[in-house]
Amino acid sequence: MHTPHKAQHPETGTSAASSAVTDFQFSLNCSFLSVRRGVEAVMQALSPLDLDVEECGTVELVLAEAMNNIVEHAYPPSDEPGLIHLSCTHAPDGLHVKIRDAGRPMPDGATPIGAAAQVDVEFDDLPEGGFGWFLIKDLAKDVEYRRMNDENHLTFRLVVAI
Amino acid sequence: MELISNTNGELQVVAVNSPRIDAALAIEFKEAMRNATDTDRPTVILDLSNVDFIDSSGLGAIVASMKHMGKDRRLVLAGLTPTVDKVFRLTRMDSVFGVFPTLESAIDAHAA
Repeated sequence: MHTPHKAQHPETGTSAASSAVTDFQFSLNCSFLSVRRGVEAVMQALSPLDLDVEECGTVELVLAEAMNNIVEHAYPPSDEPGLIHLSCTHAPDGLHVKIRDAGRPMPDGATPIGAAAQVDVEFDDLPEGGFGWFLIKDLAKDVEYRRMNDENHLTFRLVVAI
Repeated sequence: MELISNTNGELQVVAVNSPRIDAALAIEFKEAMRNATDTDRPTVILDLSNVDFIDSSGLGAIVASMKHMGKDRRLVLAGLTPTVDKVFRLTRMDSVFGVFPTLESAIDAHAA
């Protein structure tokens, strides 16, 4: 279950579509299913931006990868479950996203480099994972990670609706 | 997760009847594929035309399904929608599978 506690849809009709959107915040439980629902809720909240299919794919993918990583690594099943907080602001240079959680820090205090997985390998060695950070770094700009007050703060910008 | 399997001569077509193959479904998908492809058909076409979204876990599950079939059999992908196609293209996994825009084109290419 996600809890949209401050979703604003300022469809006031007083300005052009490009500026009629959209700062919002969601808090999600740490499960793959709530990530799915959260991403769907974000796409719904962004609908006034009229993103094209390519832009929608970028937003959905980066958000899903970033939050699934939190479910998998920041809040592993052996730990207390916690919340994932996502906030989004639309600016002239794209969509600014902040994702915060109180789970385990990134190893080494930094995000993985996100190198492309090797595909020119023997059949049995074909990768079944390790695509997530590659996709995030490939599709998002200004990716920054900070550990502050025992929380993980991930910020990035998606160049859509500019 | 529903997979619908049909055989068509030497070909087996497995259609995914779900709009997403994501982290919440990846394990279930892998198991369903394992059951569906437990046949002796040398080529299986995975019809993804109903799938709008796949994430890296879903991609990994498709790769795992192919590896489970073994290297003497082929898993071919058909009907990739834009975001699914984007994931395969960006990760270059499209070079590992045969990828066809439609189910018909995949069947035509593999019909004896």
